[in-house]
Amino acid sequence: MHITKIIRNAPWVLTLLLPSVAFAQDGVDSGNTAWILTSTALVLFMTLPGLALFYGGLVRTKNVLSVLMQCFAIAVVISLLWIVVGYSIAFGPAESDWWGGLGKAMFNGVVVGSVSGNIPETVFASFQMTFAIITPALIVGAFVERIKFSAMLLFSVLWTLVVYFPVAHWVWGGGWLMDMGLIDFAGGTVVHVTAGVSALVFALVLGPRKGFLTAAMMPHNLTMSFTGAAMLWVGWFGFNAGSALAANGSAGMAMFVTHISAATGAFTWMVIEWIKFGKPSALGGITGMVAGLATITPASGAVGPAGALLVGTAGGVICYFATMTMKQKFKVDDSLDVFPVHGVGGIVGTFLAGILVSANLGIFSGNGLAEGATIGSQLGVQVIGILATGIFAASVTFVLIKLVGAITSGIRVPEDQEQAGLDITIHNEKGYSM
Amino acid sequence: MKLITAIIKPFKSDDVREALSEIGISGMTLTEVKGFGRQKGHTELYRGAEYVIDFLPKVKLEVAVQDSLADQVVEAICKAANTGQIGDGKIFVSNLEQTIRIRTGESGNDAL
Repeated sequence: MHITKIIRNAPWVLTLLLPSVAFAQDGVDSGNTAWILTSTALVLFMTLPGLALFYGGLVRTKNVLSVLMQCFAIAVVISLLWIVVGYSIAFGPAESDWWGGLGKAMFNGVVVGSVSGNIPETVFASFQMTFAIITPALIVGAFVERIKFSAMLLFSVLWTLVVYFPVAHWVWGGGWLMDMGLIDFAGGTVVHVTAGVSALVFALVLGPRKGFLTAAMMPHNLTMSFTGAAMLWVGWFGFNAGSALAANGSAGMAMFVTHISAATGAFTWMVIEWIKFGKPSALGGITGMVAGLATITPASGAVGPAGALLVGTAGGVICYFATMTMKQKFKVDDSLDVFPVHGVGGIVGTFLAGILVSANLGIFSGNGLAEGATIGSQLGVQVIGILATGIFAASVTFVLIKLVGAITSGIRVPEDQEQAGLDITIHNEKGYSM
Repeated sequence: MKLITAIIKPFKSDDVREALSEIGISGMTLTEVKGFGRQKGHTELYRGAEYVIDFLPKVKLEVAVQDSLADQVVEAICKAANTGQIGDGKIFVSNLEQTIRIRTGESGNDAL
């Protein structure tokens, strides 16, 4: 009797005895798994060091370390938060429109054999974690060179907890926007709209850096920014093509249209500068590239190659004029242009996805609307998605800044610290000793 | 003795060095400096933020020579550093009271 039972359970016993023997897990596709493992590394690489270098080069010498440290510290704390509750709130088991519940807090029940779709759940969760890391890191661009480290860290944790995780559930985790059929393949709303509008609110509440638009505040190292931006372009292949959660045609098309939009956005920005100022700048080129990438993100699972040309052009043109307007007309010190590049790009891309997804646009056709949907009805959903995520993120951000300010007695460093630079006053070190 | 100080365009420093070597000048000091004169500064543009840069990069060349060579040196620098464009720089000539070679203690023209 006892022996029979063991024999019946032989495969299970075998796993225990030979844990190192590799064999196909039930329902796991090794090709898909391999690609999402790779994508996870690519998306983490976007933040560390991609975004950190991109942002770090754009500030003044005295603040370079503070920016690297902000991106790095966000990666650290958000990873911990992801394990504790983040994954569960975003992708937990609760049948709710609003959040995933706490059923998978501390990764409860997630084991080596757990499967999500047809990849191991650990791989899915790691991949999604890298998105949760980069989103608050994008906001850093709004408050560089004048924020307290403590306030930055506390805000990032609370923001990710209250804004990012729930919105990720709304759009990707089975929430209400997903049910409505919002097209947001890789995070136009979840990542770029939320980060972009929050950055704008933050910049407005915090106020400009001392000397903004009067003193020279040139980027201290555009070579560093260029390096980081180039890493973003490459990493974005994981961001968008990885969002297919499979190594298939959808991933292939997503990667291709992502590349097209990046190139188109860069080209567009360069041409505008060339015409307007007589000189195409390196910073303009990489900014246009990021705008093209942010814009294609929501649409990368929906549009075709010719559609991507339109998305990239729209991203380049609209983000360019948004950047100029924010700075020159409204004089908002969203220091590294998070809103005009990411926020506006995310909005434009999410909107265009609702049109260019259609399979009836000739050469500009996309992958096709969902059954029963028309361009008009889809655009309605896209606009609701943009407004809901944008307004939610903006209002919560405002409340959180006030809350954090009360806890850290102000979110801004004293004027003498701002003058001396955050590297030496907050971190007690310098980026360069030359 | 004369101390000749020339402020020139950075990309002309090799030409000037060669021109001075040709007339037998065997030593000089070169410093990277910033400044402006009639050329004024220029503007730099970063994502729509325009900054006026008053100080332009220049090179300061210092040569100490005996009185008899001074005119020749000035002439050589003028010729080599000239582009005809605004911002070519200036040459200042001043009297030099004393020169001492640290290693040997020689002084005056012997130390040049």
